[in-house]
Amino acid sequence: MNITLLTSEILVVLLGILIMLFDVLLPRQESRRSLGMMAVWGTLGILLYTFTLAGPPATVYKGLYVLDTFAVFFKQLFLVSTVLALLFSLDYVQDWSRNQGEFYALLLFAVAGMMVMASANDLLTIFVGLELMTVVFYILVGFHLEQVKSSEAGMKYLILGSASSAVLLYGMSWIYGATGSVVLTEIAGKASASPAVLLGVALMLAGIAFKLAIAPFHLWAPDIYEGAPTPITAMLAMGSKAAGFAILLRIFIVALPALQDYWLIAVSAMAVISMVGGTVVAMRQTNIKRMIGYSSIAQAGYMLAGLMAADVPGVQGMLFYAMLYIFANVGAFAVIVSVSQQTGTDEIEDFAGLAQKSPFLAVVMTIALLSMAGIPPMAGFVGKFYIFLAVIEQGHLWLALIGFIMSMVSVYYYLLVVKTMYMKEPKDSRPLLVGSSIGVAAVASVLMTLFLGIYPAPLADFAKAAAQVLW
Amino acid sequence: MTVFPFLTAILFTPIFGMLVLACLPREAERMIKLIAAVTMSVAFGLTAYLYWAYDFARSGLQFTESIPWIPELGVSYALGVDGISLPLLFLTMLIGLAAVFASWKLDKRPKEFFMLLLILLTGVAGTFVTRDLFIFLLFYELVVIPIYIMVIIWGSTKRVSKEYAGMKLTIYLLLGSAFMLVGVLALYLNAYPPGSRTFSMEALAQAHQLGHFSEEFQIFAFLLLLLGFGSLLSMWPFHSWSPDGYAGAPTAVSMIHAGVLKKIGGYGLIRLGLLVLPLGAKFWAPVIVGLAVVNVLYAALVALVQKDLKYVIGYSSVSHMGYVLIGFAALNSVSINGAIANMFAHGVMSALFFAMIGHVYDKTHTRHIPDLGGLAHQMPRVATGFMLAGMASLGLPGLIGFIPEFTIFVGAFRAYPWQAILAILGIVFTALYILRILANVLFGPRRPEFDHCADARGLELVPLVLLGSVLVVFGIFPQLLMGMVNSGVEPMLPLLAKLHQAPSMLGGLLK
Repeated sequence: MNITLLTSEILVVLLGILIMLFDVLLPRQESRRSLGMMAVWGTLGILLYTFTLAGPPATVYKGLYVLDTFAVFFKQLFLVSTVLALLFSLDYVQDWSRNQGEFYALLLFAVAGMMVMASANDLLTIFVGLELMTVVFYILVGFHLEQVKSSEAGMKYLILGSASSAVLLYGMSWIYGATGSVVLTEIAGKASASPAVLLGVALMLAGIAFKLAIAPFHLWAPDIYEGAPTPITAMLAMGSKAAGFAILLRIFIVALPALQDYWLIAVSAMAVISMVGGTVVAMRQTNIKRMIGYSSIAQAGYMLAGLMAADVPGVQGMLFYAMLYIFANVGAFAVIVSVSQQTGTDEIEDFAGLAQKSPFLAVVMTIALLSMAGIPPMAGFVGKFYIFLAVIEQGHLWLALIGFIMSMVSVYYYLLVVKTMYMKEPKDSRPLLVGSSIGVAAVASVLMTLFLGIYPAPLADFAKAAAQVLW
Repeated sequence: MTVFPFLTAILFTPIFGMLVLACLPREAERMIKLIAAVTMSVAFGLTAYLYWAYDFARSGLQFTESIPWIPELGVSYALGVDGISLPLLFLTMLIGLAAVFASWKLDKRPKEFFMLLLILLTGVAGTFVTRDLFIFLLFYELVVIPIYIMVIIWGSTKRVSKEYAGMKLTIYLLLGSAFMLVGVLALYLNAYPPGSRTFSMEALAQAHQLGHFSEEFQIFAFLLLLLGFGSLLSMWPFHSWSPDGYAGAPTAVSMIHAGVLKKIGGYGLIRLGLLVLPLGAKFWAPVIVGLAVVNVLYAALVALVQKDLKYVIGYSSVSHMGYVLIGFAALNSVSINGAIANMFAHGVMSALFFAMIGHVYDKTHTRHIPDLGGLAHQMPRVATGFMLAGMASLGLPGLIGFIPEFTIFVGAFRAYPWQAILAILGIVFTALYILRILANVLFGPRRPEFDHCADARGLELVPLVLLGSVLVVFGIFPQLLMGMVNSGVEPMLPLLAKLHQAPSMLGGLLK
């Protein structure tokens, strides 16, 4: 048994435990910022370590856990998003929480859960990873103790999330009952289109779609996005969503290719409802986090559309999109954090005159939003390009048409934010100072968004290599 | 021998200027304007040199560059210009330079304005110089967002609010581009089998010759492209963004939008529609001609009753694009020559019009035609600009507008005599609305309330002199333009000859 394959997960957990220890050891009045920096540098170190993991697929624990390019891709994605999310939470969390040590430690445990999901090769390990991530998020969503909204969001997420986990687990039990196995590769050989298996597949799809916030299982997303502390909203939109896609791809591509004809119908319906519904409802929002929440439903729809191709280019597009979506989100949330630090709210109208108060933040926000909308030369365009190229190649031209039309319509509400920032006069003339760590995150997001949009080849190759593993 | 990469230099000069501007403090207004002007002068100078150095005899793409970019998709950073794109590139830089000077008086947030202007010009120039469809798409949509921001900040709210105008413009064009994007992806996938796919426009055109596109596919894909490029070209009924958008936009944006941006639509129809999907173009030609006639007549009639100067020119540009569409859809070498030349001619004259309107509006604070009058007394130079643009617009021989329009009608008459006659009727209406605004705005008794309005002087004259001299020089020596365009159309001759036999919608019933 080759336990070294789990090194990155072990390191993340150790880092979390260390932070908890230091939190106890540090004198009470001492600033907890150092713990945050420790988390940032530690995660960065682990991220660098994962670059040594490339190689042929290897398994551990009797094949229940696998380390392949696909897993490495997602682990790096989670670590990148964690580093950036930590960077813009340093100042923010300091403002309102005395329990910063716990905050950082919990966040790292959630990341460990995501990393387990990326590598899990059987239904139970997937579930364990998923629960590790979700349970931590229940706490983190309600972490802002003085805010009713945050506690309400935490409670909602707990109830709805547990229900969806139950549905997922129930679906898994049907699969296990019908095929006699929980290992993905073994299920692949035994799954037939019997009612029991199909019921299991439907339940699992619903359970995962909940985690992905895909319509019609999306209703929790806007409330929780709005109520959660902003860095946690960001991690929900970036990490949790990507982790959901990781298990979705593993289960459906590796274990259930034989039932493709059945689940593709459901996937296409969900993709369309998400793209259209998310876009239409996002137009009416006045709170920026709710708007991003609805738009993330649409974004999940675009990514899910890639699954319709059910081949390497389609999955490649999904992976590429998941990665660029991280950078777009980091940019947007870094700006949201900066603005709400000054104004104390997350209403879109509070962005008025941002272009004059801080031209830098306004540019970051514009680029991030346009990347989500898929306007070149931002990365979002290339991501959609890859996804819909694969989709059209498989003969679903209508789906690509809906996708492109919806992404152009989505420009409408993204531009409303741009309009508020550029056209309206600021409510007060206080200049908005950008914290250094937030600045680093924002610059990284802008540079990566532009780089991936103009020169996507390296990431596209990596995503392709990761996608090929599944077949 | 390594050749100096002129096109890359032209493309990146505005970007470089934009980066320099980004580093300047926002108070250094004079410096900002100066750097923008120098940047555009360099870009214009380089382009003018290319125009001069282009070898008519050796038609086809020249000054080519190519670097593999995304090998997996077959994307390469490939540049090159021919007789079709070079006039349009020249037009871009000409109008860009004029637009910088037309905005010289701007004092509201000049740093952002000129940065956005330079990004916008890079985007437009990029679509004309690239030979790769993927890179084309990148530049195609790059232009939309700067325009939106420029309209909502520096635009004017008259009949419609500038927010409304900006959003309408943006969403119309983006929705059109959604169809176009799908069309392009379908083209790419159908052209070659996996492994040898490419976004190179020449290779895609070759795929047609190799018979890789079925007729049904061509008909379908051309429709998608037509929706995208047609709405950019303000083809009826997708034109309504155009007058509103121009009215809301600041002068420089109206100049660039009406002058060159719209022309990307016509350019795309020829580069992709005609060269890659000729059977599709032929099939839809009767429909396009029909819509184009509506464009010409309907927009001219609407222009006749407008009270806002910018709306008159906005509808006038919709009407003129009808001529371009007719020239395109007649699908013979003469008419296509005319269509391309008319795009150039219309670009110059509409830019001059908008520059002059901007000047009048600056001084009098109104664009309402009944409020204006007798301005030739106070502003003789501006009046000259108006007259030049107006006369070119109604096709006065000796100015740039005449030869292209004439060529279009000669070509179109062969293919669609009835529609051509209807379109020629449009000239009458054009003359009516042009003369009406010239008479009402410039002539008549001197009005004392405008006595304080100064004429254009100093740097304000630059747009007038630049654009006006091009109007006259290219009008007197049409060969300067037509020779260039002809060298671009010449390689299409065999294709067009073959197309003559190809079936069209309704079996040519509308002929």
